[in-house]
Amino acid sequence: MKFGILVFPGSNCDRDVATVTSGILQQPTRLIWHTDTDLSDCDVVVVPGGFSYGDYLRCGAIARFAPVMRSLQTHASKGKYVLGICNGFQILTESGLLQGALVRNRDLHFICDRVALRVERNDLIFTQKYQKHQVINLPIAHGEGCYFADADTLKEIEDNQQVVFRYSDAIGNVTNVANPNGSLNNIAGITNKQGNVIGMMPHPERAAEKVVGGIDGKALFEGLISGLLINA
Amino acid sequence: MKYQARIFITLRPSVLDPAGTAVQSALKQMDYHVDSVRIGKYVEIALEANDDEEATQKLDEAADKLLANPVIENYRFEFTQVA
Repeated sequence: MKFGILVFPGSNCDRDVATVTSGILQQPTRLIWHTDTDLSDCDVVVVPGGFSYGDYLRCGAIARFAPVMRSLQTHASKGKYVLGICNGFQILTESGLLQGALVRNRDLHFICDRVALRVERNDLIFTQKYQKHQVINLPIAHGEGCYFADADTLKEIEDNQQVVFRYSDAIGNVTNVANPNGSLNNIAGITNKQGNVIGMMPHPERAAEKVVGGIDGKALFEGLISGLLINA
Repeated sequence: MKYQARIFITLRPSVLDPAGTAVQSALKQMDYHVDSVRIGKYVEIALEANDDEEATQKLDEAADKLLANPVIENYRFEFTQVA
């Protein structure tokens, strides 16, 4: 199996992801420049965090039109896996691969913190190494991470159980106090209906070795690897 | 023909605007009591088009695809022929 990591001008978590997939987990990994269009060798494409194209206009709005994004649509339509983290999540919503949008944090601050998340489902390849309703701790670092969708879309997402992670307190209660940015229904990460594309504001790649203060993100990458090895 | 277009992008009413709320409270502290503040974007575009119809079509496409995100924003525009 192989990981591909998209690199836009302004991406800054691409190497962090590679450090996890290639360094810690010893998996073939390739950085893919935004002008490349061949993703055919990749099983998982990660759209990393950062400030693609300076986040001008709206976060992810310009990255969405990069040449590599058309190939990403094809990759996703084949049922292959896509993981969008932070700015990557914003790019995936802008491109229509995921529903909704990420808007300015409720309290206007850029938040750089560690937060508790409740894992809403563990039947996805991404989350199979977690327990259902397990509480994990991951870093967040964003100014526009408030998840928004219109009422009909939100209902659809909830009805289809597309919410993967919710901001919660330390014992898994989903409360307003535990919601750092005002996201509707405390949504921190969602999947598409097929379950092969997920987007999340928290950074699993920044919590994959003890030396950086947490390892709760590592299981997400391990889930992908073991899932793909079984399928192979 | 050359056109000068002005595009106004506003947050949909259902989307909270914390920046607008912050500005409103600043105005209140300055003793300007206003009912609401919503902050949007304003874009000026110079373009060439054969006629008004083509200009409208080009601007609609640009706004639908890139300038506004229909999930959270509405837009309207006006333009004048400058040459």
